Amino acid sequence: MHKNKMNQQSSSRPDAENSIGIVTAKSVDITDPLTLACGQVLSEYHLVYETYGELNSDKTNGILICHALSGNHHAAGYYTDDTNEKPGWWHNCIGPGKAIDTNKFFVVVPNNIGGCHGTTGPSSINPDTGKIWGPDFPPLRFRDWVDSQVQLSDHLGIQTWAAIAGGSLGGMQAMRWSLEYPDRLKHCLVIASAMNLSPQNIAFNEMARQAILADPDYCEGRYLEEGKAPTTGLALARMIGHVTYLSQSQLDERFGRDLSAGSFERGNDNPVQFEIESYLKYKGDQFAEDFDANTYMVITRMLDVFDLAREYNDDPVEAFSKATCRYFVASFSTDWRFSPIRSEEIVSALIGANKDVSYLNIETDRGHDGFLSDIPRYTKDLGLYLDNISKEIFAKQVNAGSEDAS
Amino acid sequence: MRVVKMRVDFDILKNWVPQGSHVLDLACGDGALLRSLMDDRAVTGYGLENDHTSITQCIEKGVNVIDRELVRDLSEFRNNSFDLVIMTQAIQVMKYPDIILDEMLRVGRECIVTFPNFGNLRTRAHLALRGKMPVTKKLPYQWYDTPNIHFCTVADFQSLCQSKGYRFINQATQAELLFNKQFKGLWPNLFAENAIYHLTKETTQTE
Repeated sequence: MHKNKMNQQSSSRPDAENSIGIVTAKSVDITDPLTLACGQVLSEYHLVYETYGELNSDKTNGILICHALSGNHHAAGYYTDDTNEKPGWWHNCIGPGKAIDTNKFFVVVPNNIGGCHGTTGPSSINPDTGKIWGPDFPPLRFRDWVDSQVQLSDHLGIQTWAAIAGGSLGGMQAMRWSLEYPDRLKHCLVIASAMNLSPQNIAFNEMARQAILADPDYCEGRYLEEGKAPTTGLALARMIGHVTYLSQSQLDERFGRDLSAGSFERGNDNPVQFEIESYLKYKGDQFAEDFDANTYMVITRMLDVFDLAREYNDDPVEAFSKATCRYFVASFSTDWRFSPIRSEEIVSALIGANKDVSYLNIETDRGHDGFLSDIPRYTKDLGLYLDNISKEIFAKQVNAGSEDAS
Repeated sequence: MRVVKMRVDFDILKNWVPQGSHVLDLACGDGALLRSLMDDRAVTGYGLENDHTSITQCIEKGVNVIDRELVRDLSEFRNNSFDLVIMTQAIQVMKYPDIILDEMLRVGRECIVTFPNFGNLRTRAHLALRGKMPVTKKLPYQWYDTPNIHFCTVADFQSLCQSKGYRFINQATQAELLFNKQFKGLWPNLFAENAIYHLTKETTQTE
């Protein structure tokens, strides 16, 4: 009876048919030391991840998804039957019959080191001292994320990923993967990303960091030990960041100059609050409840420092010459955080390096957040690209099978 | 701008594409030409296209497609980075056909261009007798809504190439009407329905 009740509840979700349904997070303790780019060594660390779909027998259908700044390992499905629960961050794209089809692929989404949703990060205990890392957590580089994901790949027994995909800073990880471990992925999907941050991007990151630093409850990063939480600063940091994810036309459409409080009427002195103000405040507060300020400091600094071609004489063509995979690049017309021009730079470099690439610029008013949105042209073309990958895998399996037989 | 491809020209130009060439196909449409060149001639390369439906068809075919409107230049491509740049049935859509032609021979060592011959007897007759811009099955647009803003004749195209000093490696004409088929060799400017040109800037034979 209990089971029936559960089925009823899950099927009451509007997307039940194409939903991965209830998922649970997995984790692994990596005990092989991880030498970081800064020279420090993580002697051991905990890595949380989720998987959707089944790994095939020759372990060739794995897709690694790299999450963005505020994302984590929970990319699709739900944790409970509560119909008010929001699904994972890329639920639009991941599921049975969706663009990233879990009937065909084994999808793996780790929470990155330095994060704050279970994987070792600044809010974890430093095993060497027995104290919370806090502001002493080592500065990370994208290659450290890639290296830890390589350790996860080895743990899962996946030598070569069918594809590694990511949006925004997830796309930067995917590109770094393709240069660091060219023989360990067949396809690289880079969505709403860039090869480095522009000064404008860095400026917004710095404003966000200053907002956190200015919160007296930040306690120079030792707020957990002090029993405090810099939620005001973190919420402000998120407000600054969040506004860069949205387009002007989207804000016009969604909020306009509407008021959420007060009035313009004469004789009325109630203070006015615009809808956009209450929306950003709400988003900021919601984020500050769930995110760690030191993680925000670590990751925004990683972003600032990231430069795909730095060690290749600042030449992106030389950088991509190392790669052996095929690329799928997508941008969103109203994205001003990582504008289409930034994606076109990637595409030009790939063409210069004679690499296989397809590029889409999706027309949308959704700004940078377009990569998370359910935009028909985007999900359709992404799905078709991935469908060809699954056909390649199937063809190889059939070939291998016939060779075995002969 | 979505351009309907007349695929008859593909069969002719395919024979001019050396095995394993690195190819750029401008306004590549649904990717059918690139797909068949990949399958039969083992070419590598990319198609440029900005029609959404066509891009989707390219992706479905596993053809590398770049979402880009072809306006004036090919600035993101390096000099001589392709063996061959192809543009089928699209030069008449270009705002700057002469500059695009220069660009094709900058980024490619050779190029192949196909276009409908506006000097064909039928179009001439249409204009001469009816006094109106020709509207045919293959060119079904009215003068005000046509994407084809720079029609030319075989003779026009040849004089443009000659003035630029381009060398013709191969040239062919194509016609479907029996009458045109019989006479296109004799007088291409009047009887060819389509023209197919294989050009280079290089003065000496490279093959």
